[in-house]
Order: sequence, then C-alpha cells, then structure tokens
Amino acid sequence: MADTFELRDIEVWDGNMAASHALRQAQVDVVAAYPITPSTPIVENYANFKANGYIDGEFVMTESEHGAMSCCIGAAAAGGRVATATSSQGFALMVETLYSASGMRIPIVLNVVNRAIGAPLNVNGDHSDMYMGRDSGWIQIDCYNPQNVYDMNLIAFRVSEDHDVRLPAMVHQDGFMTSHTAQGVKTLSDEVAYNFVGEYKPMNDMLDLDHPVTHGVQTEEDWHFEHKARQQHALMTAVIPKIQAAFDDFEKLTGRKYNIVETYNMDDAEVAVVCMGTSVETAEEVSNELRAQGIKAGVVGIRVFRPFPLEQIAAALKDVKAIAALDRSSPHGTVGALFNELSGALFNTDTKAVMTNYIYGLGGRDLTKAHLVEIYNDLKANADAGKPTTPLQQYIGLRGPKLSFF
Amino acid sequence: MSEIKKIKNLKEFSTSADRFEGANLLCPGCAHSIIVREVLNATNDDLILAASTGCLEVCTAVYPYTSWDASWIHVGFENGSSAVAGAEAMYKALKTKGRLKQPDRTPKFVAFGGDGATYDIGFQWISGCFERGHNIMYVCLDNEVYANTGGQRSSSTPIGASATTTPAGSVSYGEKKNKKDMLAIMAAHGAPYVAQVAPNKWKDMVAKIQKGFAAEGPVYINAMSACTTEWKFAPEDTISISDLATDSLVFPLYEIIDGTQLNITYRPKNIIPVRDYLGAQGRFKHLFTKQYEYLIDEWQARVDAKWEYLQRREEASV
Repeated sequence: MADTFELRDIEVWDGNMAASHALRQAQVDVVAAYPITPSTPIVENYANFKANGYIDGEFVMTESEHGAMSCCIGAAAAGGRVATATSSQGFALMVETLYSASGMRIPIVLNVVNRAIGAPLNVNGDHSDMYMGRDSGWIQIDCYNPQNVYDMNLIAFRVSEDHDVRLPAMVHQDGFMTSHTAQGVKTLSDEVAYNFVGEYKPMNDMLDLDHPVTHGVQTEEDWHFEHKARQQHALMTAVIPKIQAAFDDFEKLTGRKYNIVETYNMDDAEVAVVCMGTSVETAEEVSNELRAQGIKAGVVGIRVFRPFPLEQIAAALKDVKAIAALDRSSPHGTVGALFNELSGALFNTDTKAVMTNYIYGLGGRDLTKAHLVEIYNDLKANADAGKPTTPLQQYIGLRGPKLSFF
Repeated sequence: MSEIKKIKNLKEFSTSADRFEGANLLCPGCAHSIIVREVLNATNDDLILAASTGCLEVCTAVYPYTSWDASWIHVGFENGSSAVAGAEAMYKALKTKGRLKQPDRTPKFVAFGGDGATYDIGFQWISGCFERGHNIMYVCLDNEVYANTGGQRSSSTPIGASATTTPAGSVSYGEKKNKKDMLAIMAAHGAPYVAQVAPNKWKDMVAKIQKGFAAEGPVYINAMSACTTEWKFAPEDTISISDLATDSLVFPLYEIIDGTQLNITYRPKNIIPVRDYLGAQGRFKHLFTKQYEYLIDEWQARVDAKWEYLQRREEASV
C-alpha cells in the first residue's frame, strides 16, 4: 500500500509537479515513460515518489518514447490505469503508436508539455506537437496554468476510462511557461482526489485469464471503414458530454468551474481573440485594459481541442464582428489549424465575422501584451470596415520583414 | 513456480490442447504454425501473447476472426516486445495491489516476431526490454526474409540468398552480408537464457521453451522457420528442409545460460554437406552455376568455423 502524501491546501507547484501529483493521486498502475525536455520533471518527480513509497504501481523507464507508448498500450490492454508524459520530438516519435492506442480503444492519459518540433532544434514551448496529434484520435485537453494541469489530469482519467468513451486523452500544457513556472495550486487530499477519479474498471482486459481477448486485429477494405467511423463517432458524440459531466462534478467538489469552451468578456464582445495555452490569460488581461479604452474585446479559450467543440465555439462567437485565430504552430502550407477549425465551425451559421489568422510564439517567442493590443486594433479596424483590412495571415513578434500572405 | 508439463511422444504432443487454432491463413507448409504450437504446448500455464506485424500476425487475427485462444495483442511492426512487457508490468502492478482476477495463476508472457521485426526494425525495443529485465519470452520466427511483404532481405538473410531487394543476377549473387548473430547479441544483454531451436527437433525445442519459462527474466528464443514461399521448396518438405538445416549445422542448436554458459544441445550423427542444404532451396539456385559456385565452399567454411567456435565455447565454459 502506497503511503499517503500530506499536501497543504495550496501548494506552490509548477505544471510538471502538478501533473506528477495528479498521476500519483490517481494511483496509476503502470507509468512507462522516456524523459524529454520540458516534460522530464513529470517522470523525475514520479520516480521520486516511487523511491519514497508513495507509489505502488509499476514505473518503467523505456529506451524511447515509441517504446514508452508501446508499453503503455500493452499495459492498458492488460487491464489497468496507465499514464505517461512527453514533449516535442518524443511526441513525434510516438505518433505511430498514438494511432494504435486510439484505434484499439485503449484508455491512457498522456501529459504533453508542448514544445516546438525541429528543425531547427528548439526546447521551448509552442504548439507544434499538440497540432501534430490532432488527427490521432486522442482527446486533447488544454491547460493555461499549473492549477489547470492538476485538475485536468484528474478529469482526463475519468473521461478516458469511461466505458462509453474508451479513448486515450492528452493533457496539454505550455513548455516552460506552465511546466516550469511555479504558482499556487489548490489541492485535494489523496483520498478525495482518488475518489473523484474512481476505481479503474477493466474491459476486454488481457489479464482476465478466463476470458482471452484478441487486441489489435487487422481489418482491410471490408471492415476498416466501419471501425474508424465508430471510433470517430465515439469521439464526436460521447466525449463532450462526459467531459461536461466531469466538469460539473468537479465544480461541486472544488468550486472550480471549467467549460468546454472558456469565454472571457464575451457577453457583449465585438472583437474576439481565440487562442490556447498561456496566451489565454494574457489575452484576458489585455481585453480588460482595452475595454477601459472603449474596445469591446473578448477572449475565447480552447479547453477541449479534440474533439473540437464546433457548436459551443460557434455559440461563443455568434455575435462578434471580427475574430482573430491565434495559432502557435507554423501551418506550413495553409492557414493555421485553429483558423481552419473556427471557419468550419462558423461557416454554416449566421455569423459573418471577419476572420484573420495570427501565427505567434514559435519556438518559445513571447507573446506580449503589446502584441495582443496590436491584434485587437487590427480586429477593431476589420469590425468597423466590415471586411478584412489586414492580411489573412500575419506573424506576430517576428523580426525582419512581415512575411504575411493574402 | 508452476509445474513443468510432461510430454512423452509426438502423438501426445500433437493432440494436447491447442491455444493456437489450425484455422489460420498461413501458407501450407509454413513452419511458423508448427513453432508457435510447440511453444504454446510446452506449458499448461496461462499465456499472454504479443505478435509484431508480420506473417503470423496478418494470418491469425483478421477481423472478425482470431486463431488465438489466449489473450493476444498486436500493436506494430517494431514493438511486440514492448507491448508484452507492458502487459507484464501491469501483471506485477495488479499483483502488488491485490487486484488480479485470478491471483493464484501465473501467466507467461510471450512475444513473437519475424526476423524483420527482430533483427531489424524492432531491435531497439527488444534490447530495451531485455536491459530492463522484464519477465518475458521473445520468440523470433526466423525465416531470414521479409516474407509477409514478398521476400525482401533482412539482416537475417544469409549470404548468397536471392531476395527481392538483393536479387541474384548476371553481376550479383544476391545477399552480400552475413546473417546477424542475434543469439550472441541477446546473450550479451545478460539474459538468463537464450537458445536456438528448430521445429523438427521438437523435444529439444520443448525442453528449451520449458527452461525459458522457468527462468526469471527476459528469454530469447531464435526459432528457425523454413519458409516454403521464399526459400522456394515444396510445402510438404518443411521438416526435411529443417532436418537439412540442423544436420548440416547451418542452424546449430545450442543455448547460452546467464550470458556465458554455452551448451550445444544437438550433435548430428552424420553431418551432411552445406551444399545439400543450399541445393534443396530455390533461393540458392544460382549458386550452383560456374560463376558463383565458389560461394558454396565459402559457406561450408563459415559453417565449419562457427561449429568449431561453438564447441570451443562449450568446452571452455565461458
């Protein structure tokens, strides 16, 4: 029996420590992982808990991220709670197995501490790895600060392991900005946290020796399509209600209210910035300052990136006149993914907002308040003109020529 | 420790309960099914199995069918070892936490992979699993070629074999590189038990599988799997080709315990020439021409040298 870790009501944790404690409190049965910056402290902290008797599950340090996720899949298929962590290049190495996990309907919680993907090699935070995972069939939940990381991990286990869902889930936080920045985090006791996550309920578990099961079959043109359609159907229909239910229960337990789409100053907003990660809180602050200057600025934060909450996003943006989609990943060959998602969500609605796309923060470049003021000023001009007055896609915080297009 | 299964003769062996069904899509004459059955039948314990992408996988788990009456998992080409290691880690965790559904039973964890999945693409994953000391058995179904995808060379393909990516032609005798010595590499990991086996020597094989199951830690079994399709011999000749392989010492049968103690487990009464083994297979047909005949002598010399080396290792007990 693992020892109880006595926590203070508020601990000073960075995002990595928050994730490590959430994994510990969920009493994960197997963590198989490979260290990579900036997610490394998650597994280091976990190893430390294990070395001091706070964990009685297995901790497997593999030879690569691909090996880590392969181990996680085998462990989860065997019938127990599984989690891991990674970033960037390691995430890229894992991608093949990410598709295996979701296609096999294997619940796993993966902490992704977002980081740029080289070349050029870069250890700092952007959303390239998160975007790389967006078609992989995983649930993707986004965090803005260490408190979110702690809370969303506990929620992710509940949703992923739900028998109506049975899909793996990623919990995203911004590399260094969240992962290495300590803040006050309100905690739950080990017992309360575990009770919220709940006992693991096995399904099709290989270790039920009286009921052998075959995992990871082959399907060709005869069954592959039906298989993938059912996977997509589960992701699109089962997940959002389960996340909402988990958010509701979590609010009752902690008083902390989360939403599928986070909105700030949106009730009467004319212009809106839509973004993810640590940028959300910066944008919120800027929107307050601009409101003092008479600009009706609002912020929409993506909390659930996959499944993308098309209806909730459309509802949040239905009354605005101009929208900026902020993508912290180079789209390489098209507009940013968030811009595309928002366009898709709004296209068949009555919203006729002018939409523009900003690429920012690549490789850890700061997004400052001044940058956001610049964006809101663009939006105001677009809203007043009722048509685009700025290029479709612009870089924010880039040195040298503007390099925007359209 | 669980009881060792006793098997008196081939009839008893062939009629013992099957956890690998005859209903599968493997080629008639494929040695894979013989080997898998011999491995599974060597124990009465429960089994948790994994397979890497390859002939065995695509021929035994095509939805909505399965040939497996034991829990089985396939994830990818390179990671059967890691998948079964994950299952083994979960077993340990649930045992510690008292959550096993059948706590009095001790399943064995076995991964199967072809030589492509083992010698080539899955090598890193296997090495990781062995270094970490998972209590698993990894069985390489070694048919010396990427058979599932139509006969491309692997690093197990022997010199002179014609493969689709190293075809024999007017200026090439086929594969140019010597077969990788996987057994030595796995022994060098400090594995408690590694062995080379062949399905025609079933008693030797069962004994080794049972030793492997009794060992604590990762066990590597290199199983010669004669491939009727890519070695190019008649499907009914699988066992006679296997006899040629073991009796010519092209596939010597031996084991290495704790990384050092090498024991030869089969000494042919009459050692036959390597030429006879090569001559029975279409993949070596071009060696029997004036242009490439010298390679047959080189083959014999290599096999003789390896046999000499194995005997010296055995004598020296190091």
